Amino acid sequence: MTLPVNRIAAEVPEHPSAPLLRMERLPHVWCPGCGIGTVVKCFATALERSGLDLDKVSVVSGIGCSGRVAGYMRLDAFHTTHGRAIPFATGLKLGRPELEVAVVSGDGDLVGIGGNHFIHAARRNIDLLVILINNFIYGMTGGQNAPTTPLSAKSSTMPFGNFEQPFCLPHLAASSGAPYVARWTCLHIRRLTWAIEEALDRKGFRFIEVVAPCPTLYARLNKLGTGLSEMRFYHDNAEIRHGADTRDLDVGFHQKIVCGKFVDEPRPTFLEQKDEHYEKQLGDEYVPMPEEGGMIHA
Amino acid sequence: MRADPAGVLTGAHFLDGDYACGEGAMAAGCRFVAGYPITPSTEVVERISRRFPSMGGTFIQMEDELASMAAVVGASWTGTKCMTVTSGPGFSLMMENIGLAAMMETPCVVVNVQRGGPSTGLPTMVGQADVMQARWGSHGDYEVIALCPQSPQEAFDLTIEAFNLSETYRVPVFLMMDECVGHMTEKVVIPEADQIEVTTRRLTGKAPGDYLPYEINGDSIPEFARAGDGYRFHSTGLTHDAQGYPVMSTECQETCVRRLLDKILENTDEIIRLEEDELEDAEVVVVAYGITARVARMATEKARGDGLKVGFLRLITLWPFPERRIRDLAARVRGFVVPEINYGQMVLEVERCAAGRAETLLVPHGGGSVHDPEVIVQAIAEVAR
Repeated sequence: MTLPVNRIAAEVPEHPSAPLLRMERLPHVWCPGCGIGTVVKCFATALERSGLDLDKVSVVSGIGCSGRVAGYMRLDAFHTTHGRAIPFATGLKLGRPELEVAVVSGDGDLVGIGGNHFIHAARRNIDLLVILINNFIYGMTGGQNAPTTPLSAKSSTMPFGNFEQPFCLPHLAASSGAPYVARWTCLHIRRLTWAIEEALDRKGFRFIEVVAPCPTLYARLNKLGTGLSEMRFYHDNAEIRHGADTRDLDVGFHQKIVCGKFVDEPRPTFLEQKDEHYEKQLGDEYVPMPEEGGMIHA
Repeated sequence: MRADPAGVLTGAHFLDGDYACGEGAMAAGCRFVAGYPITPSTEVVERISRRFPSMGGTFIQMEDELASMAAVVGASWTGTKCMTVTSGPGFSLMMENIGLAAMMETPCVVVNVQRGGPSTGLPTMVGQADVMQARWGSHGDYEVIALCPQSPQEAFDLTIEAFNLSETYRVPVFLMMDECVGHMTEKVVIPEADQIEVTTRRLTGKAPGDYLPYEINGDSIPEFARAGDGYRFHSTGLTHDAQGYPVMSTECQETCVRRLLDKILENTDEIIRLEEDELEDAEVVVVAYGITARVARMATEKARGDGLKVGFLRLITLWPFPERRIRDLAARVRGFVVPEINYGQMVLEVERCAAGRAETLLVPHGGGSVHDPEVIVQAIAEVAR
């Protein structure tokens, strides 16, 4: 008897996000149960729905597990240095203002080594969408303590539990001036996708934190089970409170995670302020950077 | 192509080296500068931040030099010509993303107005002790180009050349100025825009489906695609293949990194610029660069007057080093005298190329001022003896 395996395989439809993914690079580097792939799918779906000209969208990542996101997106994609995705992206945006520039990277990358760039880009309101995938730990290097590791949670460099106060990321972003701040988990696929879609429709420094499972390191070191059990935990312990005061959003070890949209208050971006300021100061003498960039052609 | 007149301040001016460098950048077509204040370089970005708004340029003062260099690398991927400006302590912080620029093959110009080091050192006083850092400062193997002006006029001219070289070879190019040249005010003549030759980036003519960002056709320099032009390319600081995809193998490392070296080493004749004087009958050759070259020239003339057969070789290009020229000279001269405002950096290259065939004498200076020319004269006499 001949098994119809080949015939069935031939009929497998293309993955709906395939046009936005570098399919030739699959399988990806992420562990089974990791949350990063879910964020990629939500990002791709949001981009497709956004109506943006995707040829004009760039994605920038730093270093680490989440730093590999750019490498799987079929966009102009940059895998940069550790912590410097935001200033690299700042250069891209200012060098060619018509670009939509997204930064997708991890907690250690964006608010550990890159923390100074994070707060200054938010302060300046640089026109960037920043998706921070927070797995509470340094994954790529083997589970070291992060600036987001909850108090008492174990990591390979805090084997007796973390005693450092972690950042509350929505509060950090909001108090630095970000005009759009949200937090979701990898379980909230539709809400996260909507949030990214909404943020793509906004301007300025838009910040979305995504709490993601790390079964290989964070969950294993803290005996939290598999990626699936972390998702169950999100299901039972995530609380949606739109508009919550960002001072109340600390994430404790194995405690409830408050999700939602906390800030949506547009203010002028860096480039809008620059243009308005120089137009006022210099009048007709002011020449803004052309939308298509400052390259002078032959 | 000819320079965009919007950036060219044609005329005869009385400018210091920092301002002249800023004018050179604008004349070369630089339209994005990211920087962080640091003495003695800050006047470059002060000049640019005042003039950029009238020519479509964007200056941003970043939160530190790490960010400044990262922003410059990012902006360069839009095709916009980019520069950052710093001095020793900031140069150290920039090394991380200078390595990224080398690995991603991103054209950009980095100006270092050198002061005395190490660490905070002598913020307002001259040094030349960053020249080896320019060559070796970021980790791993890569080649760069470094130019060294001796006057405000040359700060203008060589800044344009730095941009042209970075566009041609897709490397970070350093302008290794020093505090003396940066703060020295002299006549600077800026030509008409149509008299200034500027190089534009070689954009690919291929269709997006056929383009690979690190594919080589003919020469060793890949064609460029700008972010936003529909190529949807990938670039990474990891060892990568022609597609720009990471490949962790010894074979890919060899192909990827070897080419970063070869694209410069195969073109040293095109890149290297020297100024030579009275080398025909010379028994002693003074090798110098930057402000020290001006002091050394005075010393050389004095020694000639004393009857010594001494010639003069000025390194306008520091890196790649003019190995062949030094080897040729070493075969027929008695020795080299190398004054520099450090405790012995470029002298190591002279010594390496002389390879024992000619004597090499360092005339060190710890920084804070230029050499007393008499000390160089004595060194010439010692080698001539």
